[in-house]
Amino acid sequence: MTTFGWPEFMFIMRSAGWTLLLTLVAFSIGGIIAAILAIMRVSQNGIIRKIAGTYILIIQSIPVLMVLFMSYYGLSLFGIQLPSFLAASASLAIYASAYLAEIWRGSIESVPYQQWEASSSLALSRPQQYRHIILPQAVRISLPPTVGFLVQLVKNTSIVSVVGFVELSRAGTLVNNATFKPFQVFTIVALIYFMICFPLSRYSRHLEKVMNAGHNR
Amino acid sequence: MKFKLNFDPVWPQYQMIIDGVLLTIGLSVGAIILGSILAVLLVGLKSLAGKWVGFFVDCYIEMMRNTPFLIQLFMIFFGLPLLGIRMSGTQAGLLAMTMNLGAYAAEIIRAGVDSTHKSQLEAGVSLALTRLQVFRYVVLKPAFAKVWPALTSQFVLMMLASSICSFISVSELSGAAAIIESRTFRSFETYIIVTIIYLVLALVLKSSLLWLGTKIFPASSGLTRIQVKGSAV
Repeated sequence: MTTFGWPEFMFIMRSAGWTLLLTLVAFSIGGIIAAILAIMRVSQNGIIRKIAGTYILIIQSIPVLMVLFMSYYGLSLFGIQLPSFLAASASLAIYASAYLAEIWRGSIESVPYQQWEASSSLALSRPQQYRHIILPQAVRISLPPTVGFLVQLVKNTSIVSVVGFVELSRAGTLVNNATFKPFQVFTIVALIYFMICFPLSRYSRHLEKVMNAGHNR
Repeated sequence: MKFKLNFDPVWPQYQMIIDGVLLTIGLSVGAIILGSILAVLLVGLKSLAGKWVGFFVDCYIEMMRNTPFLIQLFMIFFGLPLLGIRMSGTQAGLLAMTMNLGAYAAEIIRAGVDSTHKSQLEAGVSLALTRLQVFRYVVLKPAFAKVWPALTSQFVLMMLASSICSFISVSELSGAAAIIESRTFRSFETYIIVTIIYLVLALVLKSSLLWLGTKIFPASSGLTRIQVKGSAV
């Protein structure tokens, strides 16, 4: 049994970097999928809307843990052995894509309908309407909930420790197994998560307030 | 490499899956009931008690909302025994879920409480209701009605998050899946079945809670729903 000292602390701190990287990769890949899904969700074609809607409904109705296992074991069935980092970020990206798509669909829909009418009367094509009129406004609206979702994503990275990837939670578990100081170890781990998430939560709330202020004026 | 799905070894383990489903439902229903009670207490303390109590309530809610459920579970399961409080994995899971859901639900209910108009409170006071009565009938019940859809999605998310309890070897649905997987070595097949069960559970829980909402809070009461988003645990 080792004691809980400086090397163990540094090990936990380093793995916090992996948590951040995992969040970043999952958010970027998930964001790209989500953007496509969100556009599909507001498409004029009913079948396309339905496909995206079903995907979102399914992913939102199963635990992240199951998304992780399904992609991990599913891929290995086809002989593809992904490194645990890639498998973890892929499944987190799938998870994030469903939630972000719903958030962004809501943002696109909350752009006033007159904007669509005005821009189509200026003979803009649908891609042009998105590019110049709708998306710039939708992005502004979507900022607070997107930052809020980032908090959920950071917290859910803790689950990928189950496929053996050493991020913050896994590091905490490993150090706890070696030192058996659960209170110290997990308090530090929780504090690190808190220091990542709390500013994001506050920032999301701040953005929301700023935008509502503009709205009420 | 061509792969064929083979469900045959998994079916004989159905008893484990049934037990797992029952435990998942039990944990979720328990956490929903206890968590709602905790949430109401937190909101009540925040609106009725003094500033300092409110500050501590806020601290608790922010701590719960900004740390992963997994770490909260570990703190309770590995940490509390050092204080001499021993509990089984299931009890620890239920406690963690209750504490977590309590914080999230409190935040949602508070949004409903905050939307109560001041004139409502004054009307309540002028009818000679006590502070507690005003809180219960004038503030809380309409608040619940307004945020019920948001609460519903939070409850469903908590049910999904109960899968994390398998990390401390609670044999709810995910835990059962892990055991079946190690017995049969048919990982993908096992997780397909379990995922479908989770999907059905989530959809059933959601629609029955929404149905329950229309029964408890009839729409004829003329309340407008406010939008609050549930967020993943």
